[in-house]
Amino acid sequence: MKVADHAERSRIFNKDVDRVDWHDETLWFVRGKRDKTIHQIPEWEELRNTASQIKAHTLSNLHYYLQEFEKNATANGVTVHWAKDGAAHNQIVLEILKKNKINQMVKSKSMLTEECHLNHFLEENEVEVIDSDLGERILQLAKDTPSHIVLPCIHMKKEEIGELFHEHLGTPAGNADPQFLTAAARESLRNTFLNFKAALTGVNFAIAETGEIVVATNEGNADMGVHLADVHIASMGIEKLIPQRKHLGVFLRILTRSATGQPITTYSSHFKKPGAGKEMHIILVDNGRTRQLGRADFRNSLKCIRCGACMNTCPVYRRSGGHSYHNVIAGPIGSILAPNLDMKEHADLPFASTLCGSCSNVCPVKIDIHDQLYKWRQVIVKEGYVDPAKKVAMEVMAKALASPTLYRLAGKAARTTLKYAPFVVNNKFNAWYLHREMPEVPKSSFGEWYQKNRKNND
Amino acid sequence: MKVALFIPCYVDQFYPNVAIATLELLEKYGCEVSYPKNQTCCGQPMANSGFEHLTGGCDRNFVNNFKGYDYIVAPSGSCVLHIREHLHDEDDPEEAKKIRETTYELISFLTDILKVKELNASFPHKVGMHQSCHGLRGLKLAQMSELNAPDFSKPAQLLNMVKDIEIIHLGRVDECCGFGGTFCVAEEAVSVKMGQDRVADHIQHEAEYITGVDMSCLMHMEGILKRQKSNVKIIHLAEILNGGTK
Repeated sequence: MKVADHAERSRIFNKDVDRVDWHDETLWFVRGKRDKTIHQIPEWEELRNTASQIKAHTLSNLHYYLQEFEKNATANGVTVHWAKDGAAHNQIVLEILKKNKINQMVKSKSMLTEECHLNHFLEENEVEVIDSDLGERILQLAKDTPSHIVLPCIHMKKEEIGELFHEHLGTPAGNADPQFLTAAARESLRNTFLNFKAALTGVNFAIAETGEIVVATNEGNADMGVHLADVHIASMGIEKLIPQRKHLGVFLRILTRSATGQPITTYSSHFKKPGAGKEMHIILVDNGRTRQLGRADFRNSLKCIRCGACMNTCPVYRRSGGHSYHNVIAGPIGSILAPNLDMKEHADLPFASTLCGSCSNVCPVKIDIHDQLYKWRQVIVKEGYVDPAKKVAMEVMAKALASPTLYRLAGKAARTTLKYAPFVVNNKFNAWYLHREMPEVPKSSFGEWYQKNRKNND
Repeated sequence: MKVALFIPCYVDQFYPNVAIATLELLEKYGCEVSYPKNQTCCGQPMANSGFEHLTGGCDRNFVNNFKGYDYIVAPSGSCVLHIREHLHDEDDPEEAKKIRETTYELISFLTDILKVKELNASFPHKVGMHQSCHGLRGLKLAQMSELNAPDFSKPAQLLNMVKDIEIIHLGRVDECCGFGGTFCVAEEAVSVKMGQDRVADHIQHEAEYITGVDMSCLMHMEGILKRQKSNVKIIHLAEILNGGTK
């Protein structure tokens, strides 16, 4: 079955204008908080440059830093695993759990395990997984998926969450007070933390020099899960590396300021070695990342530190919602990562942008996101993942615009019908006219006016 | 100074007054202006749709028409950005390079090359300035709200020389209007919503006119304003700088 594309999903999302406005304003508010905080850092642009260069260096020497990291982590008593793809990753997690006879696992913030569809896999293998981030927990109860990488349930209103908690956690009907609901979630999670023997966390940064990993959370749930469990599994994409501990400060300064406008997350937790009598595993996951690394035009997308700033600023994302991107990572960054994973499935995403460029400007590691969107469009067309009718229309247009004579003929026709104007080409129905009037048709084109009025020129 | 006028295809066909205002402005400041009559389009509609490989014919026609001038000037940030970033000609790479480097958007040509210090224009209206993305973030016509960097604005620099004009403040100073070339029909729902929101910001702040450097954005917003039967009008910056409404 063909997945509905971004345009179609956005059209449905836009039927509820109040919700679109609310979604837009909520995320714009977050962008505003980001703006305010970055203006308090005079060296902000220098920090972005530095972060971008550290990542560029790391990606260029990834083979070296991965091996250095493995060596140092192993020396710390950590077991390091390598996973080629999502399936391999999931299998490794399952084997670790089986070996330790564990069938319950608490998880904290990890977009990577979403990418690998870990929860579903473990459930099929009779392992109970509880997400411990508030947002992720809400989605798990709602059987929904994240629509944003930092604010995963930003598409839900607090009243909807109140209803969900009433159903699953027994909170009073009609209570949508965020503080009350948070307390209820905390209480229900407490038992999970106390009883579950395995904890999986994501990784924000992995330091090659020391073999340690760093996890940034606001809720402290990563620490709670890890410290109360016997087995800690940390899953990370291979691009999460930074060379040395001294580089961490640069990234911790830009990450949360870009994400939510906070100076730093409440917890920046360093995990270096297993506690006494405990196990610590780190899974290094490729899942297409080396392929992306091999694409010169798209390599920089691996610099991403998952702050979500490009989503908050994107005027299209704010008005189409994360689920319209039908990919684990939505928004502008999702649109340049997804085609690498499945070009056919995600052929629509690089076109879900006006190329306004705001994403590239907020990106704390200076990924040229909008340029990559443009470049993906070229690749997708060349690979043939494009509507054949559009291809024909473009060929006709290219021919007309390469010939002054044809252009003048088409222009005349366009002025009376607008049908062949470049901006409405390739459409059977004139989508322009649904909510917009046509420009008023002038008597003559400028070219014709010029012929009459500036005869001395040629 | 020999200047070739580059008029984007949709301006040529639908907004000839914007082209006339551009021509007259350049003439006022002493430029020897020609309009190469066999020009068509910069090729951007194809390229942004993923068909950059089909723009060779367009590029060649562009180079043939625009070679031999000191400067090429267009009343559009978007088309100029496309030429600057993507114009190539295998037969004449040197000329293509020269054209890429000497093609200017009108406003920055007035501020940076002609260094205009005064204008004979009056426009007694409340005007909202729409920052078109390609002019703003591509050609850096003004400072971008995302950066922590010193403020400047080339359009405002010129508008401040216009008598009696009142520039209104906007809630969101440089959000995209949602035109986006073929995006405006391919992603109709989001495009229209973006346009409606952008227009609402101007109306809420009591604009009588919305102005900007790109007619494509303005055409999109004009379409929405007219559908809403609004009294707010759109006007290209060139028309204001050339003396105001005729």
